[in-house]
Amino acid sequence: MERLAIGMIAVALALFLAALTIGPAAIGPGESLRALIAGDAGPLTLVMREIRLPRAILAVMVGASLGLAGAAMQGYLRNPLAEPGLIGISGTAALGAVISIQTGLAASVALGLPAMALVGALVGVALVVALAGSRGSSLTMILAGIAISALAAALTSLVLNLSPNPFAANEIVFWMMGSIADRSMTHVWIALPFMALGWMILATLGRGLDALTLGEDAAGAMGIDLARLRLKLIVGTASVVGAATSVAGAIGFVGLVVPHILRPFVDAQPSRLLWASAMGGAIMVLAADIAVRLILPDRDLKLGVVTALVGAPLFLHLIYKTRRQLA
Amino acid sequence: MTLLSVEQLSVSLRDRHVLKNITFAVGTGECVGLLGPNGAGKTTLMRAALGLIPHEGSSSIASMDPAERARTAAWIPQTREIAWPVTVERLVMLGRIPYMAGGQRPKVDDHENVDAALAAMELDGLRNRTATRLSGGEQARVLIARALAQDTPLILADEPVAGLDPAHQISTMQKFAGLARAGRSVIVSAHDLGLAARHCTRLILLSGGSIAADGPPDEVLTIERMAEIFGVRAFFQDTEDGPVFQPLEVIQ
Repeated sequence: MERLAIGMIAVALALFLAALTIGPAAIGPGESLRALIAGDAGPLTLVMREIRLPRAILAVMVGASLGLAGAAMQGYLRNPLAEPGLIGISGTAALGAVISIQTGLAASVALGLPAMALVGALVGVALVVALAGSRGSSLTMILAGIAISALAAALTSLVLNLSPNPFAANEIVFWMMGSIADRSMTHVWIALPFMALGWMILATLGRGLDALTLGEDAAGAMGIDLARLRLKLIVGTASVVGAATSVAGAIGFVGLVVPHILRPFVDAQPSRLLWASAMGGAIMVLAADIAVRLILPDRDLKLGVVTALVGAPLFLHLIYKTRRQLA
Repeated sequence: MTLLSVEQLSVSLRDRHVLKNITFAVGTGECVGLLGPNGAGKTTLMRAALGLIPHEGSSSIASMDPAERARTAAWIPQTREIAWPVTVERLVMLGRIPYMAGGQRPKVDDHENVDAALAAMELDGLRNRTATRLSGGEQARVLIARALAQDTPLILADEPVAGLDPAHQISTMQKFAGLARAGRSVIVSAHDLGLAARHCTRLILLSGGSIAADGPPDEVLTIERMAEIFGVRAFFQDTEDGPVFQPLEVIQ
C-alpha cells in the first residue's frame, strides 16, 4: 500500500513538473521553473504563474475530484460501472454554464460562467437530495440522477436550439468538450473551497463503503447509518463534480476508468480505493492535459476529448478482460 | 440473562400487516430456530428486531444506539452479497468494523478475533483466496466467519443453510448449536424442520405474521401443526439422533 502511494505521488509530481514546462512558449524546463520561483515581473514569470501554474493545479484538482468521487460512487452502489455523473450534477452544472454563454453573462461578467455552473450544480443537488436524500434508497438516487441528467441534457439542447447566432452555439459546443486551457488562479480559488469541502466529506466514507461490501443490510447491522452515508455521498460528489464542471466543463471517463484500473492494486478495498483513485485521477488528467499540448499544439485539442479517447478503449479492454474472467 | 427482548412488535408494509404483536425473549445459551412457511414473516421479524426496518412495538436491540447494537448482535442476511473480489481474510476482518474508527488499522485484538473466526469455520486454508471465486458453500462459511469476528453475544442468521449440500447443512447447524452451548445466543431461520429440530434448543413457529407456537422442538413440531401451518402431510419419527421429518405430500 505504501509503495503504491509513494509511486503514485512520484508519478504525479513528475507529471506536474512536466505540465509546468510544456507549452507553446519555447522555454527550457530549468528556465521556466526558475522564472516561476523567481517572482520578478518578467514575461516568463507571468506565463508561468498566470497560465501554466493554474492549469497544472486545476488538472490535479479536477482529476483528484473525479477519481475520488468515482471511487466513492462505485463503492456505494457496489457497481464498477457507476461514475460521478450518475447523480446528474455534471449535467445541471453544464446547463448553468451553457445558459451563461447563451445569455452573454459569461462574456460580460468576469467569472459569470463558473458562477452560473455552480448555481446549476446547487439546483441539481437540491433536486437529488429532495428526491433521494434522507429516506430514499440507492435505486431512487440512481433514478433521480437519470431523470435530472435527462432534463438537464434536454434543456441544454433547447438552449443550443434557440441560440440566436452560430458563434454562441459554437462556443457552447466547444465549452462542453471540457478543457482547462486559459484558466487563471481565480478559477483555482473559485473551485478550491467546494472541492476541499467535497474531498473532506468523501474521505470520511471509507469505513461505511467497506461495510457495504456485504450489502446494505449487513452494513446497517454493523452500525453504518446508510441514510447519512448516502446524503454525504451526494453532497460530497456534488461539491467536487459541480466545482470541476464549473472550471473545466465535462471531463468524462476519469471517474469511471480510474477506480476500475486501480481496484486490483488496493485488494479491492473500497476505503483504500478512495485515496488511490484521487491520486490516479490527478495523474490521468495531468497526463491527458500534457498530451493535449503535445499531440496537436496549434489546434486547441480539448481535454475532455482526449480523456474520452483514452478512457473508452481502456474501458473496452477492461470489459473484455472481465468477460473472460466470467466465462 | 436476556439478550433480546421483543414486545408487541408489528410491521406493516403498504397497509399489509406482515407481523402482528410478536412478543418473545431470547436468553444466553439458546439456539432458537425460526420456522414458518414462505411469507410467514421470518426475515421481517429478524430485520425488525435488529432495527433495520421501521416497526411498532419494541425490540431491545433495535432501541440501542447503532454502535452498541453492532457490538451486541451480528446479522447474516440470506442474500450472500460479496460486492468486490476481496480476500477471505479481509472479508472476515469487515466484522471488526464496529470496533474500529474510520481509517484505523486493525489491532492485535482484531487479528485474534479474525483468526479465531477463520479457525472456527475451518477456513484457514482459504485465508488468502478471493472470496468471490469460492463455491457457494465456502462463501456461506466465510460470511458466518465474518459474523463470528464481530464477537457479539447474539447472532441472527437468515436461512444460513439454504443452498448448502447436506454435509455443510449439518456442520453449519452444529456450529450454531456449539456457539449457543459456548454461551452465545443464536437465532436461525430455516426451512428444514428436522434439521432445526435436531440442533436447536427452542423453536418459534411463525404463521401469517404471528407466533403459532414457541417452545422445545418436540412440543412445537407436531404432525397436526405440519398439516395446519405448512399444509403438508409428513413422515415423522423420533430417533436416537433426534426427530426426523420428511414432508410427503401437499394437503389439498
